[in-house]
Amino acid sequence: MASVTLKNVSKSFGVYDIIRNVDLEIGDGEFVVFVGPSGCGKSTLLRLIAGLVPVSDGAVLIGGDEVTDVPASKRGISFVFQSYALYPHMNVSRNISFALETARIGKAEIMRRVEAVAGMLKIGHLLERKPRQLSGGQRQRVAIGRALVADPEVFLFDEPLSNLDADLRTEMRFEIAKLHAEVKATMIYVTHDQTEAMTLADRIVVLNHGKVEQVGTPRELYDRPATRFVAGFLGSPKMNFAPTLLTDGRLAGPGGFSYTPGLATGTTVSEIGLRPEALTLSAQPGSDTIESTFERAEDLGHEFLCYVRIGEGLIWTVRGSGAPPAFLPGQTVHVGWRAGNLYLFDRDGQRLDHRPADRVAEEVA
Amino acid sequence: MTPTDRARRAETRVAWLFVAPLVVILLAVAIWPLGRTVFFAFTDAYLDNPSSYEFVGFANFVTVWEDATFWRAVRNTLVFTVVSVGIETMLGLAIALLLHRAFFGRGLVRAAILIPWAMPMVVSTRIWDWMLNDQFGLINKVLVELGIIAKGIAWTADPSLLLGVVIFIDVWVTTPFMVLLILAGLQLIPEELYEAAEVSGVPHWKRFWSITLPLVAPAIGVAMLFRTLDALRMFDLSYVLAANNANTMTMSIYARDQLIGFQDLGVGSAASTWVFLIIGLIAIVIVGLLRLDRPHH
Repeated sequence: MASVTLKNVSKSFGVYDIIRNVDLEIGDGEFVVFVGPSGCGKSTLLRLIAGLVPVSDGAVLIGGDEVTDVPASKRGISFVFQSYALYPHMNVSRNISFALETARIGKAEIMRRVEAVAGMLKIGHLLERKPRQLSGGQRQRVAIGRALVADPEVFLFDEPLSNLDADLRTEMRFEIAKLHAEVKATMIYVTHDQTEAMTLADRIVVLNHGKVEQVGTPRELYDRPATRFVAGFLGSPKMNFAPTLLTDGRLAGPGGFSYTPGLATGTTVSEIGLRPEALTLSAQPGSDTIESTFERAEDLGHEFLCYVRIGEGLIWTVRGSGAPPAFLPGQTVHVGWRAGNLYLFDRDGQRLDHRPADRVAEEVA
Repeated sequence: MTPTDRARRAETRVAWLFVAPLVVILLAVAIWPLGRTVFFAFTDAYLDNPSSYEFVGFANFVTVWEDATFWRAVRNTLVFTVVSVGIETMLGLAIALLLHRAFFGRGLVRAAILIPWAMPMVVSTRIWDWMLNDQFGLINKVLVELGIIAKGIAWTADPSLLLGVVIFIDVWVTTPFMVLLILAGLQLIPEELYEAAEVSGVPHWKRFWSITLPLVAPAIGVAMLFRTLDALRMFDLSYVLAANNANTMTMSIYARDQLIGFQDLGVGSAASTWVFLIIGLIAIVIVGLLRLDRPHH
């Protein structure tokens, strides 16, 4: 088992800086998910750790040893590819055992290891089949089996579930989580899917334009996102945002939004954010409500999503449990919010800590 | 008859309708001439007046069969085919592997290697004929200057060297074709297969032997089939270089000699029919070996 450390790692392809000065410490046995939009450099970062791509600058350490110039095969890692990268002309058994053929271990021992791995992944009955005779989920299991048989210190997964359909993805997500609990190896997992990140990770690394936006547990990132980018990326449906203006200590926004935060002088606030589940809808205005026009309701059975227009080009999502409220499209509705759920972001997209000014005043008094 | 049966029949009829023009053209340009050739093979017709003939049974086939020159031509053709296709495949694979790597100017090199293939065979043959000339040829000049040989070698006049020269020129002309077909096959192999092998420590030779070779094999097979069938009916290269010299006479040149040289339509047609049967047999064997008739996926 091994920790993985990145020290000031950068990677450029020609004039393009793909990874910029990434520092990261991944603990032994930890499950870390790299998440970010396409093109943010998350797959490149994984390949840098694997040694498939050389770093332009900085150092990579695995288990405390510097491996920056060590070839991929000597780093004690296994890599699971998005396309599975199974050898199409070899059957499942040989796909799993191929790398062992040159490892000077007996045929019987190879077979024993293949069968152990196949049993663990429930693909024992498929050993004689060729990859083209397998379903997507089965191919994925074989790819994981190939990674597993090498008994690596670190598993690297590059978007392993993105080629599967939704049901299978949920099932394999569960399998991978179970696998981590069983083998207790360090796992680094790349995905663009925030659900996979939230459900699998011990810690999430959010990447944006080749830089680390924030590192933390799923709960930390969800509750206390450091930036507007993280706030918008994690959570489904996404957080609702609206521009705001700070005048004389009071924030004003669309739909009559008004709030007086207790902020340090000189602070700028440019955007407010509220998660869909932190909002309520009612026909009557209240003290903390935003006036909006009802657009549409989606009934998902156990929950509903309502879309309301709070301003020009600004559609917010409101989520609640049970059946959707009976509003008509075009009707004026009032979106209720609470200061405890309100996120404020400054001009640079950094989140600001805040509390209502009157409560700050009470405490001071 | 159920409605599905009827629909299927209608579909079959439409399919035949679509194929019909092709069938007509094939009948006109392939089956008909072939049929005429086989027909004349059983006659004593001469080329100056094909309308006057009598049937002679298998006599023409026996004449060809008993002609030592024919068997010499068959042997020349087979040696030429096996050696040239063999060298072209090896060389083609090696060059394709080199060109498969990304390097500066790769696109230009890829286009440039096609030049020998794009040149008319007659021109290529003449170029090499001159370059290999014993007195004025560039090759001999270079070899003499380098001190490898004392005086010029008559490459194209020495009977023992002639077939070798023919093979050499053919390799020069057609290796690019092999390179491109094999390169296309190499490019179909996903890069991630090699990355997977690299991560799990599979050595380079094993990556080539167990991943590249099996996956590029179908492309090599098809390229070899094309080249083999091409080489078996080779005519131009030998004819331009040495006309009907016995050392380089191919089956096609033999048939042409009987037909045009001796004006013997009967024996010429019989020779052509033999050539057709030999090539057909070899084609069937190769297709069977490569399992090209079976779907791959």
